[in-house]
Amino acid sequence: MTRDGTELPRPVVALAGNPNTGKSTLFNALTGLKQHTGNWPGKTVACARGWYRYNGQTVTLVDLPGTYSLLSDSPEERITRDFLCFGRPDATVVVVDATCLERNLNLIFQIMEVNTRVVACLNLMDEARRRGIRIDVPALARELGVPVVPAAARRGEGLTLLKETLHRVIEGRIHPAPRPVSYDPELEAAVAELAADLAVLSREGLNPRWVALCLIAGDESIIPKIRTFCNGKETQGDTHVRNRVTP
Amino acid sequence: MSEIGLPLDLHFVLSRARKCGERLGGDVHDRIAAAVYKRAEMLAARVVQTPSERAGEWDARLDDIFTSRALGYPIMLLLLGMVFWLTLAGANVPSELLAAVFLDVEGRLTAFCAAHAVPPVVHGILVEGVYRTVTWVVAVMLPPMAIFFPLFTLLEDLGYLPRVAFNLDRFFKAAGAHGKQALTMGMGLGCNAAGVVACRIIESPRERLVATLTNVFTPCNGRFPTLLLLASLLTGGSGPAAAAVVAGVVLLGVAATWTVSFVLTRSCLRGLPSSFALELPPYRPPQWGRVIVRAACDRTLVVLRRAVTVAAPAGAAVWLVANTHWGGVSLLGHLAGVLDPLGRAIGLDGFIVAAFLLGLPANEIVFPILLMGYLATGSMVEIGLGDLRTLLLSRGWNGLTALNMMVFSVLHFPCATTLLTILKETGSCRWTVLAAAIPTLVATSVCFATTQVARALNP
Amino acid sequence: MTLFGLHELPVGCTGEVVAVRATGPTRRRLLDLGLVPGTRVKAVRKSAAGDPVAFRIRGALVALRREEGSTVLVRPISMPGGDR
Ligand SMILES: Nc1nc2c(ncn2[C@@H]2O[C@H](COP(=O)(O)OP(=O)(O)OP(=O)(O)O)[C@@H](O)[C@H]2O)c(=O)[nH]1
Ligand SMILES: [Mg+2]
Repeated sequence: MTRDGTELPRPVVALAGNPNTGKSTLFNALTGLKQHTGNWPGKTVACARGWYRYNGQTVTLVDLPGTYSLLSDSPEERITRDFLCFGRPDATVVVVDATCLERNLNLIFQIMEVNTRVVACLNLMDEARRRGIRIDVPALARELGVPVVPAAARRGEGLTLLKETLHRVIEGRIHPAPRPVSYDPELEAAVAELAADLAVLSREGLNPRWVALCLIAGDESIIPKIRTFCNGKETQGDTHVRNRVTP
Repeated sequence: MSEIGLPLDLHFVLSRARKCGERLGGDVHDRIAAAVYKRAEMLAARVVQTPSERAGEWDARLDDIFTSRALGYPIMLLLLGMVFWLTLAGANVPSELLAAVFLDVEGRLTAFCAAHAVPPVVHGILVEGVYRTVTWVVAVMLPPMAIFFPLFTLLEDLGYLPRVAFNLDRFFKAAGAHGKQALTMGMGLGCNAAGVVACRIIESPRERLVATLTNVFTPCNGRFPTLLLLASLLTGGSGPAAAAVVAGVVLLGVAATWTVSFVLTRSCLRGLPSSFALELPPYRPPQWGRVIVRAACDRTLVVLRRAVTVAAPAGAAVWLVANTHWGGVSLLGHLAGVLDPLGRAIGLDGFIVAAFLLGLPANEIVFPILLMGYLATGSMVEIGLGDLRTLLLSRGWNGLTALNMMVFSVLHFPCATTLLTILKETGSCRWTVLAAAIPTLVATSVCFATTQVARALNP
Repeated sequence: MTLFGLHELPVGCTGEVVAVRATGPTRRRLLDLGLVPGTRVKAVRKSAAGDPVAFRIRGALVALRREEGSTVLVRPISMPGGDR
């Protein structure tokens, strides 16, 4: 039910990230709800949604299970993948563990392939500071091409900036311009070719390049999802949303 | 665009994709990962400055203790025992206080009903049925759970749970299961339905099923207080001895989990062990105050909600069953009579088995049903926690009965909610039926065995 | 040059990944965790039972069984040192 962003009141913001990076903590801090949190990877195994108001706008927030990759296989990670790839969030916050940035970048790069409206939230900054880790935030933002907001969700640090940044992204006043990874030329060529075909086939909301990459990588579990996009079911969903949101 | 044409085209694209993948040598994932991590390394090198010396040494020091060969398991057992003991000792007084207050109120309610000529059936349903069941659940369940869960959450927030999984994986592997099953068992302590949902963290479907089918051997919120109560009755106090008994019964559940996993992975769930990769997060000092208050409030709400939504209606229904007579015996009495031979064989009695069966909707109500059954057919009318011992003794209970009831409680079939969750998660009636049948078989045979052995030793 | 399986790396030692031999989902999971050729991995500690071993991989501590470890070939590059 929560799997599909098209059924939620817009704007919808998804919270994604590696396991145990503080997504649920951030979700609680923003919405005032009480999602369970815990210091182990895998605490959240289903979507939770809530909302917050900022600047006169009510934003629906979706807390997703943690995942290491959008190409993985466990059921809880599939929930995240499906939401990000087919739920059409208006913006995606990738919650990143500041103490372990390099490993977290894998998922950011993957998500930047799927969604363009990405904001990176550099969480656990308090812990990073305590360990003497220093991160050049502007440089990171430049390199990624998306806004980066440092935060410490448990202490409520950085929430306002995050909300403001999201607001601007949703309003279209900031245009994140992700700079995803370029693969080796052979793979890039194959992806481009297939993406062109898919672009003809599919409607808005399906990212041809990403789907092409998945298919070439042999991830067949997304095929049923793609099929619904190509069958025209998605347009129905679309009007449904429009009907509900516009009074 | 035609509705029919599109999927065909998609088919074409899919076969193209497959060919592309083959042309690239099938190692597309490797290429992707290599490219991503090369970029990630370069980026991290440019924007992150890490101090050369490692701060946060206490992390490593704690792990040295918690995962040490000599101390790892003893500490686990000690923590388990301590948590149980704190729960028992701490819950004792508030439980008795609550029970006394509830009993006092019950007296007034009864007097009120008598004074206003309330029909006995109404009084029976409302006071002896609903009120007693609800207050029982609150008095017996609330205090221990409001102590146990904050303690558990503190360990969870510290980051101890993944270490337990880390230490226990070897054993789970030997049983053909997955180390993360330890985490799902931890969640099962709160509620088996939640534990079953938590099984999603196990990637391999086979090992996920093993974890799902055995989660019920972890005593949940609704059974745990019953165990505590029976242990106190058995040892005549709420000291370390009672804690040791509870810990023993919980470990029996773990043993059952292990054994059933072992048998399943060698019979209907055969297969190669899948991969295991578990991240061990850094220890984080828990936010004491917030965690304790939050967990206590959360649990209070859970117990109260269950008391209202499950215990209240069940109390009314069971009162009717216990007080509707047919041929001079109540319906519950008939049921108990039918079940009595089975009950006796496994060291229980017909009423206990009937209570477990009628308690299918929620484990919380098993004991209240049992009491209602005993009271409706006995001479005693009202009962405080202090009189419980007398009542049970008058019903022919002995140490073995209490022990067997604890064992049966830990090992028996899951509650209805859990079964529904299993059905939803596995999408299979067959597995759901097995999820009920296996524990029933295990509980019955273990109780049967202990009873026969005890009777042979003590003729 | 001698190559070891990751499971043979003594605790405290660092190795550099040369190849990953696992297949299927296991391989994917290991890649996701950042075990690509060239990655430095340090064996940090054994579990109480001795089997899963925790490795420091790109800043995160990840426990792997010897079955997974043995599919990752490493070239040892350093002897015992701090936990990083
Ligand atoms: N020091 C510190 N700890 C934090 C912060 N944010 C979260 N945590 C802690 O990190 C742990 C994980 O938090 P969760 O919110 O459960 O993480 P999650 O990303 O939802 O995890 P999964 O649901 O397992 O994917 C908890 O113990 C939190 O208390 C922060 O900003 N600073
Ligand atoms: Mg979470």
